[in-house]
Amino acid sequence: MNTKSPRVVTRLIRTSSLFLIILSAVMLAGVSAGSSGGAMRSVLQVILGKSDPNSMLPTIIWQIRLPRVLLAVLVGATLSLGGLVFQALLRNLLAEPYILGISGGSAIGAIIGILMGLSRFPGVSLVAFLGSMATLALILAMTSGQTVMKKESLLLSGVMVNAFCSSVIMFLVSVTQDAKLHNIIFWLMGDLSTADIGQVGLLAGMLLPCFVIIFWHSHAMNLLLMGQEMAQSTGVNLKIVTGTLLVTASFMVSATVSYCGLIGFVGLVMPHLLRLILGPDHRILVPACILGGGSYLVICDLLARTLPPQGEMPAGVVTAIIGAPLFIILLKKSGR
Amino acid sequence: MKPTIKVTNLSHAFARREVLRNISFTVEKGDFFIIIGPNGSGKTTLMKLLAGILRSRSGEIEILGRSSRRYTPKALARTVAFVPQRLPLEIPYTVEEAVLLGRAPYQGALGIEREIDLEIARQAMQFTGVDHLAGAALDKLSGGEQQRVFIARAICQEPDIMLLDEPTASLDLAHQVRVMDLMEKLEEQKAITVIMVSHDVNLAAMYGDQVLLLKDGEIVCIGPPADVLSFRKLEETYGCRLLVDESPLGRFPRITLVPGRYMDPQLT
Repeated sequence: MNTKSPRVVTRLIRTSSLFLIILSAVMLAGVSAGSSGGAMRSVLQVILGKSDPNSMLPTIIWQIRLPRVLLAVLVGATLSLGGLVFQALLRNLLAEPYILGISGGSAIGAIIGILMGLSRFPGVSLVAFLGSMATLALILAMTSGQTVMKKESLLLSGVMVNAFCSSVIMFLVSVTQDAKLHNIIFWLMGDLSTADIGQVGLLAGMLLPCFVIIFWHSHAMNLLLMGQEMAQSTGVNLKIVTGTLLVTASFMVSATVSYCGLIGFVGLVMPHLLRLILGPDHRILVPACILGGGSYLVICDLLARTLPPQGEMPAGVVTAIIGAPLFIILLKKSGR
Repeated sequence: MKPTIKVTNLSHAFARREVLRNISFTVEKGDFFIIIGPNGSGKTTLMKLLAGILRSRSGEIEILGRSSRRYTPKALARTVAFVPQRLPLEIPYTVEEAVLLGRAPYQGALGIEREIDLEIARQAMQFTGVDHLAGAALDKLSGGEQQRVFIARAICQEPDIMLLDEPTASLDLAHQVRVMDLMEKLEEQKAITVIMVSHDVNLAAMYGDQVLLLKDGEIVCIGPPADVLSFRKLEETYGCRLLVDESPLGRFPRITLVPGRYMDPQLT
């Protein structure tokens, strides 16, 4: 018994491998589905490099479907993880980047960036990041001085921040006749269709270090869930840890928002589901949220692509249709 | 021997409101030290300053002969453990998970637990009598059980000093006695110096070696219960009518509240 590796390490390896298998299966399904067809078998052949050289399928898979699936993985992972971090830091299980208004703030920033004619990276992302930091500062100012933010007031302030953000967005859209904005409504609802492999790579380069930083602080989040004072008294440097986590989470959320708009409720659905299955240990939940959140958004995007008889709908529509009712159920449950 | 805690000219203010003014006292090793005082007298602030959760505006706190500013957060956590006032819990930690969190000051950033950590957590749970609840969900326990879990968590820090902010608040009588007995056992068996904030002057009288009476951020007096908990000092500090006599249990004071209907209307 003494030679066994620590429990948490064993669990971490086990759950992560399981979720990695799920993610691979879901990605394969995501790559296989599409209007130009392609059975799972021929897709596998393409991936293994054994396909018919005259077929169009390799091009479709490598240049259209794969970037889109990879983008869904990155965005889903980021939003789930963002939800997990905000829930731990605000000690409120209903916190989520979209519900808090952080995504909305990033979107304002992103639109201002687009209007200024900046390139998506790094210009628009940077302005989006500033937008998210501004909303974060606003939320923190509203919640400061309270050791435990009342659930209702946090949600209310989030609703207000969101309402404000959407009106600012609509205002910006109305006062410009810029052709750049003709797609804006679609983009706002969370659109993954514009993926290109170079930009997805760039996004991955920005997000992966964030994932590592957050995993490194996962035990600190465990301690923070017991309350800030208890965390501090067990040696957590509160200012540094919460500052690092809030800035990192806002940064990665704004990076994804500037890329594919507002995709809501992913950060609510996944952490809740995973916490139900795996328990509250963040050292397990952080990798599970990355892999599971990635899988979840690939599935949502798959539904968004295949459900409408013609064309497709934004993935954000699917996530909201699933997430919003769940949110109401959770709110009702926690009120008891 | 150096005192366990030495506080010199400690002051603290929130915004412009002064909460503590020029507090100085020492706590000797092995003392059961209880801080009492009316609401808003600065008890909790004093506790948070001792725990390193707040940084003092002015004055000095020495812990085991070293300024508390010169401890890193982890080193301080290995010396001083703090049990804050209970918060509503929503996170379904099991008892064992919550107790193990107390090992964080001895672990790396990821808190990967070794055999020894599990063993220390197990002993701490036995010590506070919650070992049979190890796998139970923390949020399903009664207030008294939760408090004993938090004390077990603090024991896991293997501290020299344990600070508790009103550990008996909102507990029923049996649990109050149980928690206080546990504190006494900590002193005797683990040689941990216990410093506690309490609202209950009778508990302070029964268990305290030293009692510090605080009012409006200043020390009214400090000493053994029999000296501090006198009729005059308590009435002046709390501003209400009391009876103080000797407890039938032994040589410590017993404080009885006097309801308004027993008072001469001409005097009040």
